Amino acid sequence: MAAEGNPLPHDTQLRPPAVAAHTPVANAGVKIHCQGVSAFYGDKQALHDISIDIPDRAVTAFIGPSGCGKSTFLRCINRMNDTIPGARVTGRIEIDGEDVNARSVDPVVLRSRVGMVFQKPNPFPKSIFENVAYGPRIHGLANGKAELEAIVEASLKKAGLWDEVSDRLHQSGSSLSGGQQQRLVIARAIAVQPRVILMDEPCSALDPIATARIEELIDELRRQYCIVIVTHSMAQAARVSQRTAFFHLGQLVEQGSTEDIFTNPREKRTQDYITGRFG
Amino acid sequence: MQQHIVTSYEEELNHLTAEVARMGGLAEAQVADAVNAFARRDVALAAQIVERDVRLDALELEIERAAIRLIALRQPMAVDLRRTVAAMKIASNLERCGDLAKNIAKRSLVLAETDPAGPVTRSIERMGKLVSSRLKDVLDAYTSSELEAATSVWTRDDEVDEHYESLFRELLTYMMGDPRTITPGAHLLFVAKNLERIGDHATNIAEIVHYEITGEDLPDQRPKGETLT
Repeated sequence: MAAEGNPLPHDTQLRPPAVAAHTPVANAGVKIHCQGVSAFYGDKQALHDISIDIPDRAVTAFIGPSGCGKSTFLRCINRMNDTIPGARVTGRIEIDGEDVNARSVDPVVLRSRVGMVFQKPNPFPKSIFENVAYGPRIHGLANGKAELEAIVEASLKKAGLWDEVSDRLHQSGSSLSGGQQQRLVIARAIAVQPRVILMDEPCSALDPIATARIEELIDELRRQYCIVIVTHSMAQAARVSQRTAFFHLGQLVEQGSTEDIFTNPREKRTQDYITGRFG
Repeated sequence: MQQHIVTSYEEELNHLTAEVARMGGLAEAQVADAVNAFARRDVALAAQIVERDVRLDALELEIERAAIRLIALRQPMAVDLRRTVAAMKIASNLERCGDLAKNIAKRSLVLAETDPAGPVTRSIERMGKLVSSRLKDVLDAYTSSELEAATSVWTRDDEVDEHYESLFRELLTYMMGDPRTITPGAHLLFVAKNLERIGDHATNIAEIVHYEITGEDLPDQRPKGETLT
């Protein structure tokens, strides 16, 4: 069909456009599958039958008033509730199809796969280098000093901290500012190659600039990781997440794309909460 | 709906809606008066309409500023966000209605100097009454948050369009009959077109009210009268 004398070489025509290197990650699939999860502290039921699929390579925000169960649920994902006496979790949580509560799963290994960042930065009382090197070393992820140094550098770079600390790696981690400490903790979590990063109010102790840096970092990290963030700041949930789940009184009231939740929530309870009408 | 925990926020939102309602009342009056001034060849009224238009412009600006302030300081979410954006968009539609009413008034001043056009004037007056009532209906729907009332204005826009179609033909016939009527005829055509545009703004407002209440857009295709041929 090509006309004769067509100036274009034959093989450049009718070829589908090359696939862009940075294809959207929207359909990256389910990373964490939760089915009928309930949690109890002694006699008190803190979570009621929660079912949710959390996508990979995206940020999912858990929002809800204090005591709604969002942090409890977050802690179910890496079995942090195991450490609380009297706490009990039922239902099924799978990461990459693997039951996290299976007998064969070692919670220590699980927690290296599922990194966690807390409200208050908690660097080890060690040097910046040791904070990041500690995990890879105990999990045997590095062969020799050079490899370990490479992991530390790569992790600090990913956490956006390298340029600020590269000349003082052997100073104490606690000598850093709050925002830097939080990024150090994130670098520490990344260093062990986690599958999932959980964040429990990671910015509530930070000023707006440090918060913006962490949010920018979260946005970078979501290209590689499944991130779940618990936040009290509606605006932060709206800014950083692609999916939002609203919890109230231990129930998952509504989940959906962040845009839908913040412009047009389906449930009255969600609407009342995000617009500041909660009684 | 439950009240906001922060009272001053609630008050600001209510104030915004009240200002839009006030602006709506003004725009409604401008359109109704413009139709009357046109039909009765009332030069004094037409002059007043032209003068009063600045009030609508000022109100639009005020509503826009209030909405921007609310977005910046309160970060409204969900229904509150839709309400704020709706206020801004409705205000801009109302401002356009005001401009069109002013234009009708100006043309009425010119037409008052020419011979009365009789039946065509009455047809335009009927169309004007219809458009006025649409605008009134949609503004009532806005203030009372009645979804059905808004949707009904939206579905009935074709009546206005049909009216305009038939007026268009009527005016062509009128002008062909006597070339001396072309100047007033052209003005009459613009008056009719302005009314048709006001009808479109009423339909736009109906769509905005629908979005504000439900969070959903109305379908792209609304019932349409025949196209100009």
